[in-house]
Amino acid sequence: MIDPIANPRASGLGVRVSGGQLEFGGIPVFAGLAFECAPGSFTCILGSSGVGKSSLLRMIAGLVPNSQGTIIASDGSPLSGRIAYMDQRDLLLPWLCALDNVMVGARLRGQPQERERANALLAQVGLADQHHKLPNQLSGGMRQRVALARTLMENRPVVLMDEPFSAVDALTRLKLQELSARLLAGRTVIMVTHDPMEAARLGHCIHVLSGSPAALDNGLYPAGPGPRDLSDPVVIELHRTLLGKLGVVV
Amino acid sequence: MNALARGSVTIAGVLAAWQVFIWVSGVAPFMLPGPWAVATTWLDHVGYLTKHATITGAEILLGLGLGTGVGVISALAIISFAPARRWLMPVLVVSQAVPVFALAPLLVLWLGYGMASKVTMAALIIYFPVATAFLDGLRRTESGWLDLSETMTGGKRPFAVLWHIRIPAALPGLASGLRVGAAVAPIGAVVGEWVGSGAGLGYVMLHANGRMQTDLMFAALGTLAVLALATYFSVDWGLRRLIPWQTETAPSDREISGAKNAQ
Repeated sequence: MIDPIANPRASGLGVRVSGGQLEFGGIPVFAGLAFECAPGSFTCILGSSGVGKSSLLRMIAGLVPNSQGTIIASDGSPLSGRIAYMDQRDLLLPWLCALDNVMVGARLRGQPQERERANALLAQVGLADQHHKLPNQLSGGMRQRVALARTLMENRPVVLMDEPFSAVDALTRLKLQELSARLLAGRTVIMVTHDPMEAARLGHCIHVLSGSPAALDNGLYPAGPGPRDLSDPVVIELHRTLLGKLGVVV
Repeated sequence: MNALARGSVTIAGVLAAWQVFIWVSGVAPFMLPGPWAVATTWLDHVGYLTKHATITGAEILLGLGLGTGVGVISALAIISFAPARRWLMPVLVVSQAVPVFALAPLLVLWLGYGMASKVTMAALIIYFPVATAFLDGLRRTESGWLDLSETMTGGKRPFAVLWHIRIPAALPGLASGLRVGAAVAPIGAVVGEWVGSGAGLGYVMLHANGRMQTDLMFAALGTLAVLALATYFSVDWGLRRLIPWQTETAPSDREISGAKNAQ
């Protein structure tokens, strides 16, 4: 069987943002924002609602036309064409079956569709027998797994995730966190989340975004790879620290 | 009780009330013939009515095709090219601001008494609902899908995004426009026939009216109603097959309150 994950391009591409500027209706969201993440690391960004977490991610993805600043990969080139983006909504096309949704990138680029690899990825997210179903025949958790498979199918070295599991139930979320940590290992992941526990489980590096204009703190760098066990003392301690940083007294 | 049975009961009820009214009021047959008289006239003239219904039906279908084609092309041009937006949008609005019925005599003058003027009339009526509904659908593509395709293609393939995402996403909108179009297309064809023609159900009605053949007029009217309903339901059925992913959040047999109908 072919390994759908292994890919030479997937290793080692960091992201560097400097002098990030963004305004919304005359109010500065970012002014001189700096951010860096190491190649192959899993970075989590926490912050209260509306502080600009999603804007930061969209800015890195090149989806905010009126932003300014330098956003480059660690090799000095722009990021364009080397990122995959996953939203909290599954964004599956309702007229395509799960398999076609996974392969939608190739379809849009006019490239040959790698059916075998797409099927292997669907199997890896536990949906081997659901490939022919339309999104409205799948549960919320299943749809988000199809979206994860689509993100992996893009095979990009940098993966941006905007609260990817916030819309699914607690149990599904735990399973999806483990699945993602396993399948995305080796890629540079930047994940925005509102859940300190999620960050404590998954992050190699955890930043809190706060203030107006918003800025990132120095970050926490817990040891060891994710996903960490919920009962791990490191996770419990991190969770407490992060809640403190977010202004919740425990 | 299913929809077909309910419909049949309603029609039977209306026909019965009509017949009773004729008996009770004793109204003259040339003013209002009874349903029985209309039915026998219809059977007597079945060949004649079928011949003219075929012509009106052809006008409706050709008008529907032409209006839909031009409407779809207009919407695609407006969404794809900025100059088309500036030049075509006013045409689209004006095409509806001018009462289309007022154009019927002109169309007959320009295109003659044949089918061309009727097809154009029907197409003109259909054009606006189809073009605006499709344009609306194309404009309101889920922004998340566009963001996703932007990261997938780097924004370099706008026409692939149009073809694979925006057009399919706009099909439910186009379908609403087409349903309206299918419902109003017979009006266009018949108005065209009234203004000047030598064939079609509109011609039959006008001709029968002039000769006080009120029963024949009603027979033609009934035939036209059946034709219009057949057009609407065929289009509706076809659209449902074409857009299976479109789930109705409030199916027609469920009330807004969520209360279930007694079957």
